[in-house]
Amino acid sequence: MLEAFDKLGIPLHEREKLAGVAVDAVFDSVSVATTFADKLAELGIIFCSFTEAVQNHPDLVRKYLGSVVPYTDNFYSCLNSAVFSDGSFTYIPPGVKCPMELMTYFRINTEGSGQFERTLIIADKNSYVSYLEGCTAPMRKSSQLHAAVVELVALDDSEIKYSTIQNWFPGTKDGQGGVYNFVTKRGRADRSAKISWTQVETGSAITWKYPSVILKGDNSVGEFFSVALANNHQQADTGTKMIHIGKNTKSTIVSKGISAGKGNNTYRGSVQIMPKAENATNHTQCDSLLIGDKCGAHTVPYIEVRNPTARLEHEASTSKVSDDQLFYLMSRGLSEEEAHHMIITGWSRDVIKELPFEFAVEASQLLKVSLEGAVG
Amino acid sequence: MPDIFFSHSIDQFNILFNNAKKKSFFDSKVNEIKNIAWDYFLSTGLPLHRRGNEEWKYTNLNPLSETKFTIDADIDIDFSSITKLIPFSDNWHNIVFINGNYFSKLSENSTKTNDINIVPLSSSKLPDEFATLANPDLSPFTALNTAFFSEGIIIEIPDNNKVSKDLNIVFLTSQSSENLATFPRVFLKCGENSNLNFIESYINLSSGNNLTLPVVEIVQSKNSKINHYRIQLENKKSFNIGTTRIEQKENSNFNSTTFSTAALIGRNDLHVLLQEPHSTCGLYGLYITSGDQQQDNEISTTHVKHDCTSKQFYKGILSGRSKAVFSGKILVEKDAQKTDADQKDLNLLLSRDCEVDTKPSLEIYADDVICAHGATAGNVDMNTLFYLQTRGLDLETAKEILIRGFADEILDRFSPKDLHCFLSDYIDDIIPELRDQSDTIGTF
Repeated sequence: MLEAFDKLGIPLHEREKLAGVAVDAVFDSVSVATTFADKLAELGIIFCSFTEAVQNHPDLVRKYLGSVVPYTDNFYSCLNSAVFSDGSFTYIPPGVKCPMELMTYFRINTEGSGQFERTLIIADKNSYVSYLEGCTAPMRKSSQLHAAVVELVALDDSEIKYSTIQNWFPGTKDGQGGVYNFVTKRGRADRSAKISWTQVETGSAITWKYPSVILKGDNSVGEFFSVALANNHQQADTGTKMIHIGKNTKSTIVSKGISAGKGNNTYRGSVQIMPKAENATNHTQCDSLLIGDKCGAHTVPYIEVRNPTARLEHEASTSKVSDDQLFYLMSRGLSEEEAHHMIITGWSRDVIKELPFEFAVEASQLLKVSLEGAVG
Repeated sequence: MPDIFFSHSIDQFNILFNNAKKKSFFDSKVNEIKNIAWDYFLSTGLPLHRRGNEEWKYTNLNPLSETKFTIDADIDIDFSSITKLIPFSDNWHNIVFINGNYFSKLSENSTKTNDINIVPLSSSKLPDEFATLANPDLSPFTALNTAFFSEGIIIEIPDNNKVSKDLNIVFLTSQSSENLATFPRVFLKCGENSNLNFIESYINLSSGNNLTLPVVEIVQSKNSKINHYRIQLENKKSFNIGTTRIEQKENSNFNSTTFSTAALIGRNDLHVLLQEPHSTCGLYGLYITSGDQQQDNEISTTHVKHDCTSKQFYKGILSGRSKAVFSGKILVEKDAQKTDADQKDLNLLLSRDCEVDTKPSLEIYADDVICAHGATAGNVDMNTLFYLQTRGLDLETAKEILIRGFADEILDRFSPKDLHCFLSDYIDDIIPELRDQSDTIGTF
C-alpha cells in the first residue's frame, strides 16, 4: 500500500525528511501509516489513527465524538456515523503550539467502493495546530462515494487551521465515473478561539461540502477560504455556514469558483446571527469566473440576522476572463493557455496564499492541470 | 391531496369556492380556467412555513390559515374625505375598487380615449395572454386568485401611444370590513413604442383582518416603457399576498418601485422575464415593518436573450418584533450573453427582536456576463448619530433624520409628484413610531 503512495508522488518518508510534516495515510478508510508520532508525543500531542485513539484515549473520543456533527445532522453524516471504520485523530494539549504541519492523505482504491472516514481534531486551551488533508483516487469507470465527517473542537483561546487539497478523480471527459464527495465538516469555536478552513477543490464528479464554524464563545473567529473548480461534467456545490452565537464574533468568507467545460459551480453559504450575538461582524466575498459558454456559476447566500448590532457585508461578482488581459499577456509572448493560467492564479491568490507555502505551489499546479484543455 | 408536510388545511376555502361558483357570471372559457386553478389549489394547499419548503422557509402563514374569510361585504365609504386617504390626483386616470368591486363613482368616466383603453374585467373579452404569465398553477396564491376573481381591470395601450396621464388604480378595503377576502386582477398590455406611468395601490381603512390576493400581469411590446409603482398600505392585522408577472419584448424598459408596509403578512412576489434582446428593467423597493409584521419580498429576474440589463435594489427598515425577507434571484440563461445584472438589499435594524433573512442569489449559465450582488444589515451608525448631536440636534431628531435619509433613496424614485407627497407624508407620520420602537440605537 505504501508503494501506491510513492507512485502518486506522496512518498511519506521523503516528505518527512524534507519538510518536517507529520503524515497519517488513510487508504480505503484504513489508516496505514503515521509518521512523526513519537516526536509529537514528546509534546503531548496525540496524532494517530482513529482505531488507536479508541484504544488508547477512549475518554477524549467519548467526550468529543459527535459533539459537533451529531449523527442526526444529515443523511450522509448519519451514514458515516453508522459505518465509519477509521480516520484520523488529533489532540493538542493546553498551551502547546504544534511545531509542524499535521497531514492526512486519503486515497480510495477499490472500484465501486465508498470511503467513510472520520476526522476529529481537538485543540485544548491556548493551543495551535495547522492540519492539512489531501485526497486522491485513481481513475475508475464506476463511481466511488466519499462521505466523511470532520469535527473540529477549538477550546478557549486556541486556533485550528484546516487546509484541504481535494483531488478525487473527477470522472472522464464525458462525465463517466468519478468520486461523489459528500462531506460534512464543522468546527466549534469556544471563547476567543479561531477556526480557519482553506480548501482547494479540483476533483470529484459531484462535491457537496460546506465546512462550517459554530462561533459559540465570545470573541471567536471563523474563516473560510475556498477555490473550487468545475471542469468537464463536474459539479461543485460548496460554501460554508457561519453560526454566530457568542458576542463580538467575527467571520470572513472568501469563495472563488471557476467553471469551465460543462461544469457547474455553486456557492451556497449561510451566515446566521443569533439574538445574543452582540456586535457580530461578517464579511463575505464570492467571485465566480466562467470559461466557455456551456458552464454555469451560481451563488446562493443565505443571510439571517436576529441581532441589530450585527454588521454584515456580502459582495459577489461573476465575470469571464477579460479579453483585454488575455490579449495583453499574449502580446508579451505567453500562449493562450499560459495566459489563462496566470490570470486564474492571480485571481485565486487571496485563497492560495492562506495555504501553507509548499502546498500553495501544489495547489496552483493542480489548478493548471485540471484546467488543461478547457481553453481554446 | 395536498402534501401534508408542507401545507395547511384548506377546508375554509372549499366553502368559499362553492359560494363564489354560484355567483359567477363568466363564460365557460373563464370558468374552465377557474376550475383548473381550483384543482391545482386543492392539490397544493396553503404553503407551510418549514425548513425544506424553500420558498416559504422564512414566512409563517399560520395567522392566515387560521382566519376564516368571507367574500361578501357592504360598501360603506365616506366619499367626502376619501380622496385624502388614497393616492389621488385630478391629473391622473383614477380607477377605484372598493372591497373588490369596480366603483364607477370615483373612477374615470370616459376611460376609453385614443391613447388608452381601460375596461373592467367583467365587461370585457379576455385577451389571449390573460392568465398565461401568471398561470393558474404558478403558485397556490395565483391559483386562489384565478379561482376566485370576480372583478379586475384590463388595460390596453395601442401602438405608438405615449399616455400623457398617469394611470392610478386603487384597491380599497372599507372601514367596517372584517375577514373579507378580495382577489384583484389586473392585466396590462402595452403596444409597440408606447409609454405609461402606472400606480397600483392597496389601501385598507378597516381595522379587521382582511386578505388581499392580487395578481397583476404586464405584457410589454417592442420599444415600450412602463414605470410601475406599487403601494401596499394595509392595516396591521391584514394579509396582502401579491403576485406580479412581467414579460418584456425587445428594447423595452420596465421600472418598478414598491413601497410595502403595514400588513401583518405582506408578500411581494415579482418576476420579470426579459424575453428579448436589449431590454432593461429596474426593480426598486422599500419595506418598513414594525410590531409583529412580516414582509416577504420574492424578487426575480430571468435573462433569456443577450444584451439585457437588470437591477434589483431593495431597502428595509425593521423595528419591533417584525421580520423581513428578501429573496432575490437573477437567472441568466445560456443565450443571455452580455448580460449586466446587479442586485442589492440593504437593511436597517432598529430593534433587538427584529429579524431579517436575505438571500440574494445568482444562477448563471452564460460566460460573457457581468453580475454583482450585495447585501448588508446593521443599525444606525453611532458616529453619525453622535455627529448630528454635536451639531445641536437632540437624539430623537437625529434618529429621525437618519431613518428618513435611509428611506429617501427609494422614496425619491416615486416620481409622480402627488404620489411622492402622499408617501412622504405617510412616512413622516410613521417615523416617530419607528423611532420609539428602536430600542437599540442611541445607547452609547
